[in-house]
Amino acid sequence: MINWLANPERFSSVARPVRPWLGAVAAALLVWGLALSFLSPEDYQQGDTVRIMYIHVPAAWMAMAVYGIMGVASFFGLIFRHALADAAAKAIAPIGAVFTALALLTGSLWGKPMWGTWWQWDGRMTSVLVLFLFYIGYIALHASIEDEQRAAKSTAILALVGLINLPVIKFSVEWWNSLHQGASIFVKGGPTIEASMRWPLYVMGLAYLFLMLWLFLIRLDSEILNRKYRALRARLALN
Amino acid sequence: MSRVTPSLTQAAFALLKRDLGLSLTRSGGPLLAIGFYLTLMAMIPLSLGPDQAVLSRIAAGLTWLCLALSSLLSLERLFERDYEDAMFDVLRLGPLPLGLIALLKCLSQWLGTGVILSLLTPVVMIILGAPVDMSLMALTSALLGSLSFALIGGMGAALSLGTRKGGVLMALLVLPFYVPPVIFGAGLMQAMQTQSSPWQALAFLGAYALFALALTPVAMGAALRSALN
Repeated sequence: MINWLANPERFSSVARPVRPWLGAVAAALLVWGLALSFLSPEDYQQGDTVRIMYIHVPAAWMAMAVYGIMGVASFFGLIFRHALADAAAKAIAPIGAVFTALALLTGSLWGKPMWGTWWQWDGRMTSVLVLFLFYIGYIALHASIEDEQRAAKSTAILALVGLINLPVIKFSVEWWNSLHQGASIFVKGGPTIEASMRWPLYVMGLAYLFLMLWLFLIRLDSEILNRKYRALRARLALN
Repeated sequence: MSRVTPSLTQAAFALLKRDLGLSLTRSGGPLLAIGFYLTLMAMIPLSLGPDQAVLSRIAAGLTWLCLALSSLLSLERLFERDYEDAMFDVLRLGPLPLGLIALLKCLSQWLGTGVILSLLTPVVMIILGAPVDMSLMALTSALLGSLSFALIGGMGAALSLGTRKGGVLMALLVLPFYVPPVIFGAGLMQAMQTQSSPWQALAFLGAYALFALALTPVAMGAALRSALN
């Protein structure tokens, strides 16, 4: 299946009809999730500001998920030399950078009323900031290598080495003292967060996921087209 | 003409000797990094004011920052010269795999600049007002830290080899990876100043250096291979 889809041409023909549906589902989920977020009860300590959670936490999830996808794509591009994997890693990097920036920004806006500070150099925030810098470095490295194949290879190595940051982010709240709370969704024995707040969070998480996939397919398709265009131009220049 | 193939260790020592000699002599050698390091340190009291109480509190952290920045200096040229004059193609004919060649170059970079900067570190910290009995720990941690810096920096140099914006790009790629040693190194010094145990931070520094020692040759080898082909 994966090998069958790894042909960029075939991938585009499969992905293009799916794409509008992804966008529609993302929009519907976003509306539903936002409605739920505003209907959910206020936190007994945080009051209204707890609602920032519903846009902050999914953004942080996506920041990490996108880097994970980038790592997997880089691996396949580097080891099995799938052209589609190279294009996928390149296409998804800016999406991840934006989600990371969103997580940092909303976190900062949430931190001010709750912790009394815009920023605290705790393990979680520092490691997510480093994740953002990794994204920037990845994009900059890709942009500065002219040859597409070399760029794909070098950035894939960088992305794979940078994967080490993901577990650091995940466990940062356990390893170091932090203003961030410990894990409350993905924990052994089920989530510890109240159901009335859990459900809006799940819906928003799904909405972000579909939004990410939708944007990813758009960017990937234009990357494939871009490559085709460049290949055609190179061929024309030869004649 | 008969060709004598050197053994792996012979070749490794020969390369290390050559690179160490080059890094010590060419274009001023470590003098550039030392000068940069000391100038940066001299700027600190000049910019923050010579208040001893303030300086001694931040001496450790600033020393680590300056150490990280100074380690970046000569990295840009680490592989570039051999890349430009095709020396790499000659080296690849020998028995050494590309990852090992890169590792040896990083080690000679560390011996040529990192170790010398580390030797200066206790002196600089004392000038900034840190207590003298921290010297040995400062030296040990700086040695481990600069080893990580050289290895990670070598990876950045290999990745940005042949790009036009080498220097700035390399700093951007490498500095995020310098964060853990800086945190642990500065944390170690702070732990000593507050009389708590520095061993945990030192263990982390060592672990990071070992980790870099194991991982970066693979990454450098792959990056160099793609740059050379």
